[in-house]
Amino acid sequence: MIGVGGCVGYFYFSNIILDKVIFPAKGPQAGRNINRANKVRPWLFLFPAMFALGLYLAYPVVGSFWRSLFDRSGNNFIGLGNYADLFAGSSFRTAVFNNLLWILVVPAMATFFGLLVAQLTDRLKWGNIAKSLIFMPMAISFVGASLIWKFVYSANPDIGIINATRDFFGLSPVDPVQIPFWNNFFLMFILVWIQTGFAMVILSAALRGIPEETIEAAIIDGANPFQVFFSIKVPQIMGTIVVVWTTITILVLKVFDIVYTMTGGNFGTHILPSYMMTYMFRDDGRATAVAFVIMILVLPVMIWNIAQARKEMR
Amino acid sequence: MDNIAGQKSGLSIVVNITVVVLVLLWLLPTVGLFVSSFRDRDQISNSGWWQAPMAVDLNFRTRADTDDEREVNGSFVIEGNVFADRALAERFPDGTGRISAFGGRAVEPGEFPAGTTAELRSGASLTVMENGDFRLEHDESFGARGPLIYFEARTPPQFTLANYNTVLTADGMDRAFINTLTVTIPATVIPILIAAFAAYALAWMDFPGRGLLIAAVVGLLVVPLQLALVPLLSLHTSIGIGQSFLGIWLAHTGFGLPLAIYLLRNYMVGLPRDIIESAKVDGATDFQIFVRIILPLSFPALASFAIFQFLWTWNDLLVAKVFLPSGAASQVMTVKIADDLLGSRGGDWGILAGAAFVSLAVPLVVFFTMQRFLVRGLLAGSVK
Repeated sequence: MIGVGGCVGYFYFSNIILDKVIFPAKGPQAGRNINRANKVRPWLFLFPAMFALGLYLAYPVVGSFWRSLFDRSGNNFIGLGNYADLFAGSSFRTAVFNNLLWILVVPAMATFFGLLVAQLTDRLKWGNIAKSLIFMPMAISFVGASLIWKFVYSANPDIGIINATRDFFGLSPVDPVQIPFWNNFFLMFILVWIQTGFAMVILSAALRGIPEETIEAAIIDGANPFQVFFSIKVPQIMGTIVVVWTTITILVLKVFDIVYTMTGGNFGTHILPSYMMTYMFRDDGRATAVAFVIMILVLPVMIWNIAQARKEMR
Repeated sequence: MDNIAGQKSGLSIVVNITVVVLVLLWLLPTVGLFVSSFRDRDQISNSGWWQAPMAVDLNFRTRADTDDEREVNGSFVIEGNVFADRALAERFPDGTGRISAFGGRAVEPGEFPAGTTAELRSGASLTVMENGDFRLEHDESFGARGPLIYFEARTPPQFTLANYNTVLTADGMDRAFINTLTVTIPATVIPILIAAFAAYALAWMDFPGRGLLIAAVVGLLVVPLQLALVPLLSLHTSIGIGQSFLGIWLAHTGFGLPLAIYLLRNYMVGLPRDIIESAKVDGATDFQIFVRIILPLSFPALASFAIFQFLWTWNDLLVAKVFLPSGAASQVMTVKIADDLLGSRGGDWGILAGAAFVSLAVPLVVFFTMQRFLVRGLLAGSVK
């Protein structure tokens, strides 16, 4: 409450002070004062945001890197020692490998399913209901989603629906999250389940935005529905597909909740965000080193995004 | 559109079926959790949620009452009905039931099918009929305490609110719910306020370095949260905020700002220039233009970001784990479930499901009532 009031107060009073006290719009220099006030005002509007952004996002990039050069106590400078130790350990390499898998598989599958649903529901009478239901997991927390999927993956055939199906066919129960290597994909699917709705909403709007004439022309030329989709529609929404893909990629690099709740990183399922949490509160040097590796993974997307934004503004 | 050339698309049935399958696949897991949260704990562990509307075989035990002991032809006999046990009245309110199997040992409660006679290890013979009538026979007296009879009986499907009751009263979920609200509401409102002003400046005010700032915001959009955790926590500790609600509000504000500024600026740039210029001609200050014109016109964008930020902060686990102290007094629901309940109640699926649904209820309501704004916000953010 105080924080909210403080924010409103800041903007209101800082503007009044600027206009009335520092550069009053009267007296012999009225005109100059108004101009000066208008030069300062944008910064008044921007200051809190810039301050918060600088402190909470820009400073940490530098601060984390700096911290990662020190050892656990934070007193001894060890250069890239943390990084060297991390890369020497097999669990870190597993986490990097798994993370690369996540980056490849989750955006691909979520975009694929999203595009599939967007296209299929496009002309369906109950398409909007279907979309709404597939969109729903977006509202569910990663923790909640993990719990929901525990009811699918559980090794107990009376809880987990997969093992109930196996049981029905007379197969012995397995624990999907303990199968080496493939368990990663079972965890990934939870995130795909959540993100498909996002991809679907955006791609569906993009599909609607395609000019009808191009599709009509293709059909008159004898293209079958598959050709229309792959040769006419997909190329026209390629830009949007890339945006969806990169957005989900960035999200993948943030999500530690699913691994944390489902396996706690056991059975070879660690990814970098969850691996970092094992060092959090114990060894800040290592934790920041892991975080900086994540940053390096994000960097290409970041540069590409900025380039796109600058292109748009021109 | 596929039918434009006059051909009836044979694909439409396939399309319908595929969509049905996909929707089911997407919906089923959630339904499972929802159904389970209303089921009795014993029933959950004995049959899957998809069998919830059906009767379940559960194991019970009762002790034969030695007051009923009679001596017949030199052997001692106890006769009675297992459903007469008052301790079982809750399950079998009308005092009747159907038995499928019985046994004399806890390890194998369903050793013998109903209606047969079994030799117990004590030497006694036990017969239990399908309707619960039993007959114990032994050549010596049963003494003061009668033997235990184990049996498997059909129980009707039971739906209860007991899980929710336990979760909300005994497990501290109510406290966690309040904590989540305490985190979420300021963490949603403050960034909107700050971002709205900044977005206005970036969209409609002319000053040197504007393009650079916009590029910086776009760049910061993707900075991974993980980087911020360690430096900011030590910063908070050194300036005396430490792990507290104030700290988490500030953290959520910082992390939410780039998206907020980006979304709002994209929307505000699209507002008609004429309105703003005529207001300026009429002598309105920037502050007045912002409050009287821009804010009301940007309502859809503000709403969509508010929903985003609300869902994000409500569902967040990482920031809450790092920036809030770990005691029960300040745990939010996600932390409560992930760290506390999954550990201490790992096998208690009913409680887990109930707790999960308590934490999902608010976002789901927000989601379904405000889906329109959410979709609009998503589109404003990524499709140009």
